[in-house]
Amino acid sequence: MLCDVCKKNTATVFLTQIVDGKMQKVNLCESCSKEKGVTDPTSFAFLDLLQGLGTAQVIAKTQPSLRCPTCGFSLGDFKKTGRLGCSRCFETFSENVASLLKTVHRGTRHLGKIPNRSAQIRDVSRRIEVLQEDLRKAVDAENYESAAAIRDIIRQLQSSASQN
Amino acid sequence: MNFDDLLHDPGEWLNSAPTAHPVVISSRVRLARNLVNHPFPGWAKKAERIEVLHRIKPALLSLPALEHSFGSDMNELSPVQKQILVERHLISVEHAGKGVGSAVAINAPATISIMVNEEDHLRMQALRPGFDLDSAFDAISLVDDQLDAQLEFAFDSDIGFLTACPTNVGTGMRASAMLHLPGLVLADQINQIIQSVNKIGLAVRGIHGEGTEALGNLFQISNQTTLGESEYDILRRLKEIIHTVIKHEHNARRKLVSEKLATLRDQVGRAYGILCHSWSISSKEALNLLSLIKLGLDLGAFPKEFRREVDALMTTSQPAHLQKLTDEKLAADERDRLRAFIIREKLKSFPSPDTSSFGEEQAASA
Ligand SMILES: [Zn+2]
Ligand SMILES: [Zn+2]
Repeated sequence: MLCDVCKKNTATVFLTQIVDGKMQKVNLCESCSKEKGVTDPTSFAFLDLLQGLGTAQVIAKTQPSLRCPTCGFSLGDFKKTGRLGCSRCFETFSENVASLLKTVHRGTRHLGKIPNRSAQIRDVSRRIEVLQEDLRKAVDAENYESAAAIRDIIRQLQSSASQN
Repeated sequence: MNFDDLLHDPGEWLNSAPTAHPVVISSRVRLARNLVNHPFPGWAKKAERIEVLHRIKPALLSLPALEHSFGSDMNELSPVQKQILVERHLISVEHAGKGVGSAVAINAPATISIMVNEEDHLRMQALRPGFDLDSAFDAISLVDDQLDAQLEFAFDSDIGFLTACPTNVGTGMRASAMLHLPGLVLADQINQIIQSVNKIGLAVRGIHGEGTEALGNLFQISNQTTLGESEYDILRRLKEIIHTVIKHEHNARRKLVSEKLATLRDQVGRAYGILCHSWSISSKEALNLLSLIKLGLDLGAFPKEFRREVDALMTTSQPAHLQKLTDEKLAADERDRLRAFIIREKLKSFPSPDTSSFGEEQAASA
């Protein structure tokens, strides 16, 4: 049996992982298993290896020459490495990444921790949304005095948000 | 703190738990983070990686959790030192291959380790003895908050923290527990259990040689996905599954004691015999036999205070830890002889196994 990674040497290390009730098997030669660090049952390398092989397949069908304007990384590079070049790549390749995230994760929306800075910005944009609703109501009720006051607050928030 | 101080007692952190867990050896939570406006380490040029390291270093130095810590650029560590950190699970194999522009920081009790410029700019993990995923998460989440106050992390409000590999996007969190499951392996139930408990997107891994036996009967259970759920929910699902596996392991051990007591005594006794008298032993064989000693200890064959020695041997009998003992470069067969010697010496302080109480111990814990 040949090694799944180099496809040259004879496989001597056999790994099994069960995901969603499905058994996945990877057969590796001695040197690839060492290089990938998968012989350590406590490392995350095995998971990364299997998922890496999977992600490359998902992305394989798309245009390989599309490049990230920030870092110069291409989809062809992604196919080779299973890794992206920079955080902006997520915008450049957003379509490809979105379909990939859908297949490998349980959901497509982040529900976890938010960094402080982003939390502040998010708070501000929520407050602006609420105030805009208030503003609309005030205008509908022809209460122009409070509408003007609300508009001032919104402007203040917007300018401080854009400075950050 | 220097390298030797960091590693003087590999069993110490395991022992810091008030009561060692008979099944779950350790709990670990890792977070992946990246800085905005810098390419990920795998795509960055050397100068860009060095710049990221320069930005991150002062933030790490300011962390209260890393006071009196060990820190080093990867190019300043010898191959043996790197390998020891790998064997202690403080850095990844991939990180051991890094040089200029990558670094590692480890706190004094070796419960927190932070890799700079591994696959992501920051890979930080907290390690806890026993079954304690919540406190591991709390510890590393605090480090995350403190770094977040000083560094700007790449984050998208829809898909969360951005990581080099899309499989880590979202929380960037991998939580795992290392389980010692000799009962399920000896009872031939391990594959069935792994399959039946694994229908909800968690990964169970055992490392198999050419048989079906896992190395040292050690298995890791971790979350498979990082996006679409909060950290809290990921940990909750993981803990539920681990509780189920623990229950099955205890049942399997109880069943072995009541139905295959002679076989069980034989296995523990033989493991002890071989380890006490072998003059050359591979790390694989040593790990598998030490696993049986550990099982015997859980069942009452050895006094509980020897648990630490057994756990420590599982680490110190690994190749780089042996190499560290001598200045000469050891060949594989020399390592096997040194390993056998160290285990023989250590076991001299053990009483011979008393397997007569196997049934009682189980009855007591039932
Ligand atoms: Zn290979
Ligand atoms: Zn990019």
